[in-house]
Amino acid sequence: MSTSTPAESNGAAGTNGAAQPVRPRPELPPAGQTPVRQRAHGGAGDRLRLWWDALARPAQWGIGVPFVVFIALLPILNIPVLTTVGTNFGAVMAQFGMYALIAIGLNVVVGQAGLLDLGYVGFYAIGAYTLAILTSPDSPWNVTQPEGWLSDDWAWLAILPVAVAITAMSGLVLGSPTLRLRGDYLAIVTLGFGEIVRLLADNLDEITGGGQGLKSVAYPRLGVTEELPNGVFSAGNVGSTLNSGVWWFWLSLVFIIISLMLVGNLERSRVGRAWVAIREDEDAAEIMGVPTFKFKLWAFVIGASIGGVSGAIYAGQVQFVIPTNFNIINSVLFLCAVVLGGQGNKLGVILGAFIIVYLPNFFLGRTSLFGIPIDGSEIANYKYLFFGVALMVLMIFRPQGLIPVRQKLLTYGRELYVAARRTLAKMSDGGPQAAYATSAPASGTVGTRSGGADGAATTERTGDDEPTDGRNR
Amino acid sequence: MSNDPGGMGAGGEVGDAHLSLSADAGAPMAEKYLPGAGLDEPVLVDVTEVRPELADSALVDAIVAADRTVRTEVGEPLLRMEDVSVVFGGLTALDSVSFDIRRGEILGLIGPNGAGKTTAFNAMTGVYRPTKGLVRFDGQVLGKAKRNQITRLGIARTFQNIRLFNEMTALENVVVGTDARHRTSVPGALLRTRRHRQEERDAIDRSMAILEFVGVGARATEKARNLSYGEQRRLEIARALATEPKLLCLDEPAAGFNPAEKEALMDLIRHIRDDGYTVLLIEHDMRLVRGVTDRIVVLEFGKVIAEGTPEDVTADPKVIAAYLGVPDEELAEGDADAPA
Repeated sequence: MSTSTPAESNGAAGTNGAAQPVRPRPELPPAGQTPVRQRAHGGAGDRLRLWWDALARPAQWGIGVPFVVFIALLPILNIPVLTTVGTNFGAVMAQFGMYALIAIGLNVVVGQAGLLDLGYVGFYAIGAYTLAILTSPDSPWNVTQPEGWLSDDWAWLAILPVAVAITAMSGLVLGSPTLRLRGDYLAIVTLGFGEIVRLLADNLDEITGGGQGLKSVAYPRLGVTEELPNGVFSAGNVGSTLNSGVWWFWLSLVFIIISLMLVGNLERSRVGRAWVAIREDEDAAEIMGVPTFKFKLWAFVIGASIGGVSGAIYAGQVQFVIPTNFNIINSVLFLCAVVLGGQGNKLGVILGAFIIVYLPNFFLGRTSLFGIPIDGSEIANYKYLFFGVALMVLMIFRPQGLIPVRQKLLTYGRELYVAARRTLAKMSDGGPQAAYATSAPASGTVGTRSGGADGAATTERTGDDEPTDGRNR
Repeated sequence: MSNDPGGMGAGGEVGDAHLSLSADAGAPMAEKYLPGAGLDEPVLVDVTEVRPELADSALVDAIVAADRTVRTEVGEPLLRMEDVSVVFGGLTALDSVSFDIRRGEILGLIGPNGAGKTTAFNAMTGVYRPTKGLVRFDGQVLGKAKRNQITRLGIARTFQNIRLFNEMTALENVVVGTDARHRTSVPGALLRTRRHRQEERDAIDRSMAILEFVGVGARATEKARNLSYGEQRRLEIARALATEPKLLCLDEPAAGFNPAEKEALMDLIRHIRDDGYTVLLIEHDMRLVRGVTDRIVVLEFGKVIAEGTPEDVTADPKVIAAYLGVPDEELAEGDADAPA
């Protein structure tokens, strides 16, 4: 029994039982003019999105699964147009997998919550170093056999959750004091964090091996055969079509799909809405009751964890970590992938990661392109220059990124979108003008309960007894 | 929503008004949402087509009415400003201000520019901490509560200059307002637990009803920035209502409105009060304030100079001198076109 009862004034009008139960519907414009849909079909991306969204759920699976399988088979199919000459295509795809994971994680922080993190490489490094410190024979804290108790066969898989947990903790430790800062200040502090992690790795010689790095890091021992005594994930698995790069790419793909699903769940929940609200207007979000600090911290922790997974994959793949691989320039490159692909769009940032990884490798070792002789390796050396220019051009012509975000944050609001679609379908014979014409007086025709002309009726209608029933739950 | 203490036991209360809403949503779910939604298209949704229940305004009122326990009885002071002072450096913005907002009333807070109205407002909603004095709300001292905690306690506000989440749809804006009433957090959302899904569904149903309540239901899937000015103002009120406030504070909600829109807004504010809310209204427009409020508090130079019914206050010579600056006879014509 709730104590809240309507104000006395409610009772004054309460005798009126003739409340109008039905509210008028918006009037649809008459048919017979130019189609309104044309405006919706802006670019190829929008058209693709419309097509995809219009498909039924089974059809989406029917297309999505073969597409993912096709992506997974890319390094095996070795399509001549796509393949790289200077490096093994499988290795390129493995690197793409790691960058895609990083882009997904960084996208949570930068794209969703709008927190500019310039030290993301720090989390990547912590993930990689955690794995290396716990499994490399060079490290004093090695837990693998023969010194330790953990079998080499399981070391990578067993240490992975530890690496993720420690990276998440580091996100918490970095975030708690710094997330009270905003904008540029936050960016500078995170930049500092990235450098601190690298300098620690470089200077804690006893634990991290200093500039020498740590060798013989654990990796999953699977598919051991006579030709491959160390399994398919070993760096020794080279040459054949199914080299270690391909296997690592497939492993990354599994983690990418898991992160996409989890991050997608968050996006379409209270958490994702809070992130977008924080990005849009942090003060307003806070005043509307959103615990902004808590959700910013969560964004940091989730972003960090995904970065940690990627770091652990990296350490396992190259079996060797040194501080120079975690330079601040990597942070910039990760950020470049996110901005290039489209901040806030999960699939966009994956495309961004692909571009960042693939393009330099495409040129590496290439001596001619379309019959024109080029020095591809030289071009690849200038990748930062080209990415810088590309970013500038993008910021001028398409600041939202290659695949910009289109938020659909409400999982259960679909029926409304259906209604919007149906209304639009009815209008499709009417022109855009007709659409605008109806939208303008919307508050008058639809919202009659408060519409000016209906003022009197509105006050009468409030007299029903039902509000009390509804409240006394 | 669905404040059953058991949390997961939502199934036991199926007879509940808003739960029945989600039960009916099955049929159109099969079809996918789309074309136009999310694109820069003006799209009108015929809400009653999807949610026929929302055509029943009594049910809408029932859903919108806050589902919270208010300790204060109707007519008793819900919020008390006790001797509150706010000092910025050498400037005393509020000087020992004391007044009550009683539960179930519409209180107008007026005063000339710079009188301290918005400061008083900010002191209540936690944007500023009072330098001296206490703000007591529903029997509780607000003290050092954070801004989001104050909203959770039950004070919601709108902004003088509209501050919506522009890239989100109207419906999403309102659902953000329900955040304060969610009880599952990140782990629940990550794993999509049953309680989380139920909360999401309830939040959306209630938000849709609130949108209908304030009269922008047809624009639910439109981005906030594409709404007209009047619709945006209403959407701000809807977002504040979604937090299930005990006290709704409106900071100049009629700024920039024409007389017809003001009239409609007055109806809406009355309707909100009649639905069980307490309303604090800061406004310049005397006609609106006089037409809609039950009591008025007048501030000048950070001090309360008058308090009482609209008739008493507008007849008070001190108020006329300080705020209106015109003789009584000219008041009637003068205020209609007072600056907004």
